[in-house]
Amino acid sequence: MDLPLAVDLARIQFAFTVSFHIVFPAFTIGLASYLAVLEGLWLITGRQVYIDTFKYWLKIFALSFAMGVVSGIVMSYQFGTNWSVFSDKTGPVLGPLMGYEVLSAFFLEAGFLGVMLFGMDRVGKHLHFLATLLVAFGTFFSAFWILSVNSWMQTPAGYAINEVGQFVPADWWEIVFNPSFPYRLVHMVLAAYLTTAFVVGAVGAWHLLRDKTNEIARLSFSMAMWMAVVVAPIQLFAGDLHGLNTLKHQPAKIAAMEGHFETDRGAPLLLFGWPDMEAEETRYAIGIPKLGSLILTHEWDGEVKGLKAWPKEERPYAPVLFWSFRIMVGIGMLMIAIGVWSLFWRFTGRLYEPGLIHRAAVFMGPLGFVAVLAGWITTEMGRQPYTVYGLLKTTDSVSPLAAPAVGISLAAFVVVYFLVFGAGIYFLLRLMAKPPETGEPGLPPGEPTRSTGITPTPPLRSPGEVGVVRPGE
Amino acid sequence: MELDLAFIWAILIAFAVLAYVVLDGFDLGLGILFPFFRNDRQRDVAMNTVAPIWDGNETWLVLGGGGLFAVFPLAYAVIMPALYAPIIAMLLGLIFRGVAFEFRWKANTSKTVWDWSFTIGSFVAAFAQGIALGALVQGIDVADRAYAGGWWNWLTPFSITTGIAVVIGYTLLGATWLIVKTEGEVQQQAYEWAWMAGAGTIVMIGIVSLWTPFLNDVFMQRWLAFPAILYVAPVPLLVLAATYSLFKGLRMRRELQPFLSAMALFVMCFIGLGIGFYPYIVPHSISIWDAAGPDSSLRFLLVGASVLLPLILAYTAYSYWVFRGKIREGEGYH
Repeated sequence: MDLPLAVDLARIQFAFTVSFHIVFPAFTIGLASYLAVLEGLWLITGRQVYIDTFKYWLKIFALSFAMGVVSGIVMSYQFGTNWSVFSDKTGPVLGPLMGYEVLSAFFLEAGFLGVMLFGMDRVGKHLHFLATLLVAFGTFFSAFWILSVNSWMQTPAGYAINEVGQFVPADWWEIVFNPSFPYRLVHMVLAAYLTTAFVVGAVGAWHLLRDKTNEIARLSFSMAMWMAVVVAPIQLFAGDLHGLNTLKHQPAKIAAMEGHFETDRGAPLLLFGWPDMEAEETRYAIGIPKLGSLILTHEWDGEVKGLKAWPKEERPYAPVLFWSFRIMVGIGMLMIAIGVWSLFWRFTGRLYEPGLIHRAAVFMGPLGFVAVLAGWITTEMGRQPYTVYGLLKTTDSVSPLAAPAVGISLAAFVVVYFLVFGAGIYFLLRLMAKPPETGEPGLPPGEPTRSTGITPTPPLRSPGEVGVVRPGE
Repeated sequence: MELDLAFIWAILIAFAVLAYVVLDGFDLGLGILFPFFRNDRQRDVAMNTVAPIWDGNETWLVLGGGGLFAVFPLAYAVIMPALYAPIIAMLLGLIFRGVAFEFRWKANTSKTVWDWSFTIGSFVAAFAQGIALGALVQGIDVADRAYAGGWWNWLTPFSITTGIAVVIGYTLLGATWLIVKTEGEVQQQAYEWAWMAGAGTIVMIGIVSLWTPFLNDVFMQRWLAFPAILYVAPVPLLVLAATYSLFKGLRMRRELQPFLSAMALFVMCFIGLGIGFYPYIVPHSISIWDAAGPDSSLRFLLVGASVLLPLILAYTAYSYWVFRGKIREGEGYH
C-alpha cells in the first residue's frame, strides 16, 4: 500500500477540523435567532413561559458558543499551516473578507454576548433585547463573510491575477456577491435554523414524553414543529435554486451528485446506485426516467452533462457525492414529513399527547447536523480537484510539508477533539436532559460561564463591592 | 499624499500581537501557576480573576492571525508552515485551557482533570509561542515564495531558550496580575512567585538579548555597531528602569506597580524585537512591502478596522474598568 501523501492528509485534517467546527456555528446561528424570537415574544406578551424557555436555552447556547469559538481559532490558522500556497495566492482576495469576519465576530458577538448572558438585571429588558438581537445579527454576519469566502472558492469572480500569480481584487462587490453566494447563504442559514429547530423539538419531545404538562417543553416542541412546517419546504425550494445555480457554474459537481456518466437528454433521476469511477458507470442503478432532466433543467428532455464530458482527473469523486447528497435530501424530506405529521396532530388537538411523533422527533434531533455535514461534503468534495474552482488545483495549494508532520498533527487533532468536544457534548446533553422548569434560573450562580466576550454591565453595587457581579440578585 | 498602507498595517498587526502577548500572557501565566495554589478555593479565586476577560484577550490572537492572512498573505504563507509544530501545539493547548473555563464548573467528578487541562494547556501554549518566536527570530529559509526548510528547523537551542523565557515571563505577568486582583493568602503567595518569576524573567531577557546579535549580522549591525547603538540604547535602559520599578514595587508591596512594570518589560522586549526586524516581516528575507497584498485589499479592510478597532479598544478598557477590584473567596463574576 502506498503511504498517504501530505496533500491527502492535509485534506482529511481540514475536513475533520472544519466538520467539528461547523456543528457549533450551525447550532448557534439558529439558536441565537430563536432566543431573540423568544425574548421578543416575552416582551410583547409578558408571558412567563417565554422567558423561562429563553433562560433554559440560553445556558445551552453559552456552552455551544464556547466550543464554536475554540474550534474556530484552529480554523484561522489552518489555512496558513496546511494550505500556505493557497493562502499566498488567495490572501489578497479572501483575507480581507475573513478579516471582516473576525472584526465583526469580535465586536458584535464577543461584545454583546456578555450582556446577553449576564446582563438582564443590570441593563434592563429593552437594552438586553437589543443585545440579544445584536448577537443574533453578529452570528449571521459571521456566516455572511465566511460563506462569501467559500462561495468565491466555488464561483470565483471580480478578480485579476498579478505577475506573481496571486488573485488580486478587481471589484469587491463582485467578489463578495459572487454568483453562488446568495444561494449558498440562504441555503446554509435555513439549514442552521432547521438544525436548531430539530434539536429544540427533540428536547421538547423528550420532556413531553415524561411530563406532557411541562409548559416549556410544550412551547419548545410546538415552535419547532412550526419551523418544520414552514421552513423545511422553503429549504427544499432554496436547495433546488442552489442546485440550478451549481448546474450553471459547476456542472461536473451535479453530474457526480446525480451519478450521471453519460451526457443525456431526458436523463433519469437515480434513487439508488453505486457510481463506479473506474468503470465509468453507476452500478445497480434504480431510477425514475426523465425526472433527472426535469428537476435539473425544468424540461422533460433537457440535456444533462455526464462525468465523461470531463477528463478523468477533473472529475469529482462521485460515490461520496452521490450518497452525501442523498443523505442530505433524505433528511430534508423527513423534516418536511414530520412537519406535515405535526399539523395533523395539532389540528386534532393532540400535539402534546405522548405518542409516536415525539419519539420520531427525538430521533430526528441530531439529524439536522448530519444533513449539514452531508451537504458540506457534497459541495466541498464536488469542488475537487480544485480549491479555487477551475483556477487553482488542490495539489498546488498545499503547504510544502512532509507527510509525517501532517499525519502527526492530524492524529493529535483527532484525539484532542474527541476528548474535548466529546466532554463538551456530554455536558450539553446533560443540560438538555434536565427538565425545564417554570421560573427557570438563569446561568447558575457560582460559575463564570462565559464563552467569549466581556460583560460591560456596571454592577449595581457600592464601590467597595465593585467587580462582584451575580445574576439573579 | 499617498499613504503607506503596508506600514500602517504592520503597525496595526504588531499592535494586535503585542496586545495579545501582554493580555493573554497574564491569564496563561495564571494557568501555569494553577497547580501551586494550596487548595481548590484558591484556584477558584484565581480563575475568577480572569474569567470575564480571558476570551476577549484571546481574540487578539485571531485578529493577529487573520490580519496576517488578509494583509501580508505571503508572510502568513511562509511563517505558518515554518512554525508548523509549535503553532499546532499552541492551538491544541489553547483548546484545552479554553474549555477548562467552562467545563471545570460543570464537572462533578472530573474537576481535577479540567484543572490539569487548564495548566498543561496554558503551559504548552506559552512554551509553543516562545519557541515560535525564537524560530522566527533565528530566521526562516525562503525560496520561491514558500518555506524552504525542514519540519524540524524550528527546534534549536535558541528557540528552546526563548520558549523557556516566555513561560517564565508569562508566569511573572500572571503572578503580578494576582497581586492586583487578590488579597490575603493568595496575594501573599503571588508576591513570592513574582519575586522568583521576576528574577527568572530578567535573567532570560539577558540571555536572549546577548544571544540574538550573534544569530546574524543584521541584528549585530542594529544593536552593537556604532552609531546605531546610540539610537537603540534607550531600549535596554528602559528595560533596566522597568526592572528596578518591578522589584521596588514588590518590596514596597505596591499592588499595581509590579504588574505595570512587568507589562513594560514585555513592551520594551517587543520594541527591541521590532528594531531587529524592521522592515522585515520574515527576518531577513521578506519585507513588509514584499509581503503586503495590493493596496486595494489593504484599503478595503482598513476602512472596517479603523471603525471597529477603536470601538473594540474602548470596549476592552471599559470592561476592565467594570471588573476592577479584588476577588474574594466564594465570589466570582457570574
